[in-house]
Amino acid sequence: MKRWLMVVPLALFLLVAVFLYRGLYLDPAELPSAMIGKPFPAFSLSTVQGDKILTQADLQGKPALVNVWATWCISCRAEHPVLNKLAEKGVVIYGINYKDDNAAALKWLAEFHNPYQLDIRDEDGNLGLNLGVYGAPETFFIDAKGVIRDKYVGVIDEVVWREQLAAKYQALVDEAKP
Amino acid sequence: MKRLLAAAVLALGLAGVVHAAIDTYEFANDAERERFRDLTKELRCPKCQNQDIADSNAPIATDLRREIFRMLGEGTDDQQIIDFMVDRYGDFVRYKPALTGKTALLWFGPAGLLLAGVVVMAVIVRRRRAAPTDGSDALSPEERKRLDQLLDTKTDD
Repeated sequence: MKRWLMVVPLALFLLVAVFLYRGLYLDPAELPSAMIGKPFPAFSLSTVQGDKILTQADLQGKPALVNVWATWCISCRAEHPVLNKLAEKGVVIYGINYKDDNAAALKWLAEFHNPYQLDIRDEDGNLGLNLGVYGAPETFFIDAKGVIRDKYVGVIDEVVWREQLAAKYQALVDEAKP
Repeated sequence: MKRLLAAAVLALGLAGVVHAAIDTYEFANDAERERFRDLTKELRCPKCQNQDIADSNAPIATDLRREIFRMLGEGTDDQQIIDFMVDRYGDFVRYKPALTGKTALLWFGPAGLLLAGVVVMAVIVRRRRAAPTDGSDALSPEERKRLDQLLDTKTDD
């Protein structure tokens, strides 16, 4: 038997070990969004407040976060104060109230403060479907032209914002500057 | 007793069918029903990742089933429905991913591994066959004698 063949099991083991080790730190629930690089889907929906009809054109002009939320979504409750803080700091946030009861949504906004510059009422979830939303909260990053540039699934807390998302938002803001 | 056992086995067999999510859709014809079943079996639920959307009770799966039903009613063909889903949720939603450069490893990897295994086996078998049997594994007269001795003492015990 050739001597070098003895190394083969070790090499195989190391290869598998590297893959498995990497697998330990992969989150299988994290799906790359198929929407990245595509323009925000067309829609024509009322605001949650019911004062006007919004379309995709209303979201253009400034880079922004588009946050998918609902009152039935428990983790949105945890996220809400963070969004309030971001809105105070001047981050543009639009909301999509996804498959929700509108009265409950209005009550929530009155109670917990409203961080959304515009809040889209997506009661039957059609806009959510076109965005590839599969659970709230989800947050899309759109640039000034209304193109989806990034997406974050899950609760945005202060650590996530500071370590992952702030830079992405800032990059979009910088890009929009002439 | 036998009858009871048979009933239990039958019940176990049915259990797999029972847990599938239940919607009530009225299909125009059996072909459409069949297509609905195939599509919901082939598409994967984005939320509960190891279920197809036929089996899942997640709200998103319900929405997607309704959407598929609506599109079937509008005469959309299967490929368009799958493209619609892939556009929104990515290749992830397909249990049968399209054959692209990225997925080639998925499609051909197992066959490749099998082929590699067969080749390795064939090489080993050939070598063994080709190896000359010079009788070196046969016992010399001294060894045979010693073996007999050992065996004898063993039986004398």
